Amino acid sequence: MIRFFIGKILWLIPTLIGITIVAFGFVRVLPGDPVLLMAGERGLSPERHAELTHQLGFDRPIWVQYGEFLWRVLHGDLGESLVTHKPIIHEFFTLFPATLELGLCAMILAVAIGVPVGVLAAIKRGSWFDQVTMGSALVGYSMPIFWWGLLLIILFSGVLHWTPVSGRISLMYYFPNGTGFMIWDAIASGQKGALSSALSHLILPSIVLATIPLAVIARQTRSAMLEVLGEDYVRTARAKGMPPRRVIGIHALRNAMIPVITTIGLQVGMLMAGAILTETIFSWPGIGKWMVDSISRRDYPAVQGGLLLIAVIVMVVNLIVDLLYGLINPRIRHR
Amino acid sequence: MSEVTETNIPSGTRREQFAEFWFYFKENRGAVIGLAVFVLVVIAAVLAPVLSPFDPDAQYRDALLAAPMTDSAHGHFWLGTDAVGRDLLSRLLYGARYSLFIGVVVVVLSLSVGVILGLLAGWFGGWVDTIIMRVMDVILAFPSLLLALVFVAILGPGLTNAMIAIALVMQPHFARLTRAAVLSEKNKDYVMAARVAGAGNMRLMFRTVLPNCLAPLIVQATLSFSNAILDAAALGFLGLGAQPPTPEWGTMLSEAREFILRAWWVVTFPGLAILISVLAINLMGDGLRDALDPKLKRS
Amino acid sequence: MTIRSMLLAGAAAVLMTAGGAGAKTLVYCSEASPEGFDPAPYTSGTTFDASSRPVYDQLVEFKKGTTELEPGLAESWDISEDGLTYTFHLRPGVKFHSVDGFTPSRDFNADDVLFSFDRQANKDNPYYAYAPSVSYEYYNGMDMPKIVKSIEKVDDMTVKFTLNEPNAPFLSDLAMDFASILSKEYADKLAADDRKADINNVPVGTGPFEFVAYQKDAVIRYKANPDYFKGKAPIDDLIFAITPDPAVRMQKLQAGECQIMPYPSPADLQALKSDENIKVEEQPGLNVAYLAYNTKQAPFDKAEVRKALNMAINKQAIIDAVFQGAGQVAKNPIPPTMWSYNNDIKDDAFDPEAAKKMLADAGVKDLEMNIWAMPVQRPYMPNARRTAELMQADLAKIGVKANIVSYEWGEYLKKSKDPTRDGAVILGWTGDNGDPDNFLAVLLSCAAAESGSNRAFWCNKDFDDLITKAAKTTDQAERTKLYEQAQVVFKDQAPWDTIAHSTVFMPMSKKVSGYVMSPLGHHDFYGVDIQE
Repeated sequence: MIRFFIGKILWLIPTLIGITIVAFGFVRVLPGDPVLLMAGERGLSPERHAELTHQLGFDRPIWVQYGEFLWRVLHGDLGESLVTHKPIIHEFFTLFPATLELGLCAMILAVAIGVPVGVLAAIKRGSWFDQVTMGSALVGYSMPIFWWGLLLIILFSGVLHWTPVSGRISLMYYFPNGTGFMIWDAIASGQKGALSSALSHLILPSIVLATIPLAVIARQTRSAMLEVLGEDYVRTARAKGMPPRRVIGIHALRNAMIPVITTIGLQVGMLMAGAILTETIFSWPGIGKWMVDSISRRDYPAVQGGLLLIAVIVMVVNLIVDLLYGLINPRIRHR
Repeated sequence: MSEVTETNIPSGTRREQFAEFWFYFKENRGAVIGLAVFVLVVIAAVLAPVLSPFDPDAQYRDALLAAPMTDSAHGHFWLGTDAVGRDLLSRLLYGARYSLFIGVVVVVLSLSVGVILGLLAGWFGGWVDTIIMRVMDVILAFPSLLLALVFVAILGPGLTNAMIAIALVMQPHFARLTRAAVLSEKNKDYVMAARVAGAGNMRLMFRTVLPNCLAPLIVQATLSFSNAILDAAALGFLGLGAQPPTPEWGTMLSEAREFILRAWWVVTFPGLAILISVLAINLMGDGLRDALDPKLKRS
Repeated sequence: MTIRSMLLAGAAAVLMTAGGAGAKTLVYCSEASPEGFDPAPYTSGTTFDASSRPVYDQLVEFKKGTTELEPGLAESWDISEDGLTYTFHLRPGVKFHSVDGFTPSRDFNADDVLFSFDRQANKDNPYYAYAPSVSYEYYNGMDMPKIVKSIEKVDDMTVKFTLNEPNAPFLSDLAMDFASILSKEYADKLAADDRKADINNVPVGTGPFEFVAYQKDAVIRYKANPDYFKGKAPIDDLIFAITPDPAVRMQKLQAGECQIMPYPSPADLQALKSDENIKVEEQPGLNVAYLAYNTKQAPFDKAEVRKALNMAINKQAIIDAVFQGAGQVAKNPIPPTMWSYNNDIKDDAFDPEAAKKMLADAGVKDLEMNIWAMPVQRPYMPNARRTAELMQADLAKIGVKANIVSYEWGEYLKKSKDPTRDGAVILGWTGDNGDPDNFLAVLLSCAAAESGSNRAFWCNKDFDDLITKAAKTTDQAERTKLYEQAQVVFKDQAPWDTIAHSTVFMPMSKKVSGYVMSPLGHHDFYGVDIQE
């Protein structure tokens, strides 16, 4: 068992090195000179340009720069943003709670709706419920979410005025030493109305971000369930006169959950991609929007550090899912 | 899966295979509707110059942001006009060309590169396999849209670069699928037989093994087709895909964003066009999967 | 609690924002996150709005709503006969803000002035590069290293600046954001604690508002400085709600989530103006958008060709479709709100027929050219791409084939500076200090043609002599005459097609009073009041 875990973790090391090469290499070949962008229309003299390029270290050989990058990364230093002049790691983890909160909410939404719908659709296979939900799931799966977000804003904020337009909480609430997790901070502060304000800001972005994972999970649950329901032991249990509810609850559901958990794990990477679009539409102050901004501002170190951290986070989540899978399903260990 | 695939191999001619496929495909009502809509989109794209009432780039400066169904001196604007007075319907029809083009190019690119890499990895194994699959792992470690975004930033915004970027982040899926299929086929009797008969590596890989791995690849290709359209639109929406005045749907949407409260039609219709085409392709994809994947046929 | 009632409760909470226990709060929906809170290393207005304007003061300041100067941290100043020495008498009793971990022990004095400039000029100052990527581009961009010879402390309350040669715009330069005065005592304390970078995170100034907190990319909070030397601001709390999307800003304003916002989308102006709770103030911006020909490239080296092309382009159509009416056609390279604007000049009329003929007379046919469209939105140009498309269509009508080219913004700035550049480039300029020299010398002088910031590479001796003479003259009436003549030369030679001056709009709740728009595009909230 432990050997299986250690093996899994060691296997990641070459991938990690690959990730640093990609994060560093891609970004260093980005066209456009960040030094020029700092000056804008005003421009700067060739001498000043050379001086700044040197100050920022862009004039050294690329492999020296990579070596330094790697060395610093190993010490937990991802460099400094060219725009704000602040450490990347600090910038990233200031914004990360916002993305995490949104992602978790979306995931809870997707699982809480997707799994029961999938199970029900499988049990009532062919019914109108099955057809309607699976039809909607396919629509959700095909949805350009950036457009979907705009439509929801027009409807719920623009026309109905039910939800606030953007932001994470009403400005009247202010948590000086907050954790960055607005819901947690709102509860901890004990201020009246803070929680409902935070939730009302969170709901539309969560729906938008949850759309695709929800569709995938519902479809996957249905087909996993159908497969299990067709297995011999379930038929046997039924034949022996076990009440249907118990058959489904005890045997079918538990076995169907194994592939569903994998699917949920795989959605984490998807969520990060979705967060880029969702955060851009809702001006959500998280990592996705920060990455898009950093790319358009040519903030090299920020793009580098962001790519690296995001890839590592996705990898760690996938590792955890893998390990969980190994725990639930002993067969896989001996493959 | 493996037994059924094997029984498939000797089963009659291509025509019979196709008839069987069609039998299962047409069972699926959604798939047939999807196919019909897809055919309509293709027709719209091909006949765009005939069907569209206006030149998609012609600017009618006295009809800026005209509402749908507006009559003007120039003609009838069925779906209204955009910020510089271009007819939305004509632009959407021409946009269908771009979306289909994007889908085809991305699928062909990612499929061919992915299949070759997967074949090499699966067939030769050893260090070739290790290197190829490690590189694929690295690519898959990044969220695809993010990686595509950075790629396009490197290559410069534009449709061609967006397509290259999307193909690049999609091809590992093809490589993985092909590799897995090759590994399961490689040691089967018919391959052994061909090898004994003196077939070379090339011939074995491409002529003997590959045709038997086609089913999952076709399903993945349809999926990729719709994903390519979505991702290209997303890049366009973020301002990094096709550049204006190209009537690409995502780009149109991004240009229209500032009018979201004033002119709903410039926001609504391009998005709807994306949704409908992607949905149609996904419906077809489901049908294809059911018809081609015998394991799921049972359920 | 159903979802619906929960949402309504949330909405109710939002409406309560304006209330509160007696404290007056103004919420400003700002357009972007500030890059930092130390103004000197930055060049963007967004950053200045959040740093130098609320928190800091300068020696001299722009009088509210004008480009005229008034005393700031300097109560008065003397300029020597030869225009080379400026002596500033500092205001006594001015207090710096207190923040967590720092309480000032002394009032503002000459050391603070010296520190604020020395750190930008002197490589050995510990704050010259307090973070590895910090540099002072505005100080350098305004040519301060060349203009200023030395800065000396005469006594605690007197500072003397010595220049290398007379420079009329110098005093205006000192009112700019990079010339904000920081506390030396605070800087020394940070250096001693080894957290110099905090000078960019937690600003300490003398201005009307004290910094309270910044939640990255979301909210900035300030409170009124009770000891401000002009008196405490009428509002108690100032909040910046960072809202990058203009449509969203508008919705927030309409929903009462904020009371004032900058940069509305031109598309939404009509709706804003018809909202009964909102008033929209407007002012011409201190900027110009232009199309600069490459005057070193044939056939654009001929003034007739340039003029013909100018006549073929329908500028009013650009104002309508791109600026959505939020702008005016430009005829001069400087905006009409600037002193010395020559209103007697007549713009070349839009006349495609005459243009066609002029081209033919100049012996030009089958002309094919590039139009460069920048990839970003700027205050002077909402959408360069769309502008280029309109120009392309107009030029096609006189038989000129135009191709639109674009590059990533940094590349665009660099490549457009290359004298071998192929084609005409769309670009613009926003004034820094209200002085005509800041437009004409920076964008059109021979020196600028050399350095590339003159994107037309146009070097005309008459023009250059006029503006050089004006920069060395201190008498404003005299300078005005010289600049007016320079504009005549410019129009006659047509190195640019002057496209537009954008109009700046500022929608706000009708409860807001006392907001004065700045011609320099500053957003200043001292003196603003809000009715409960």
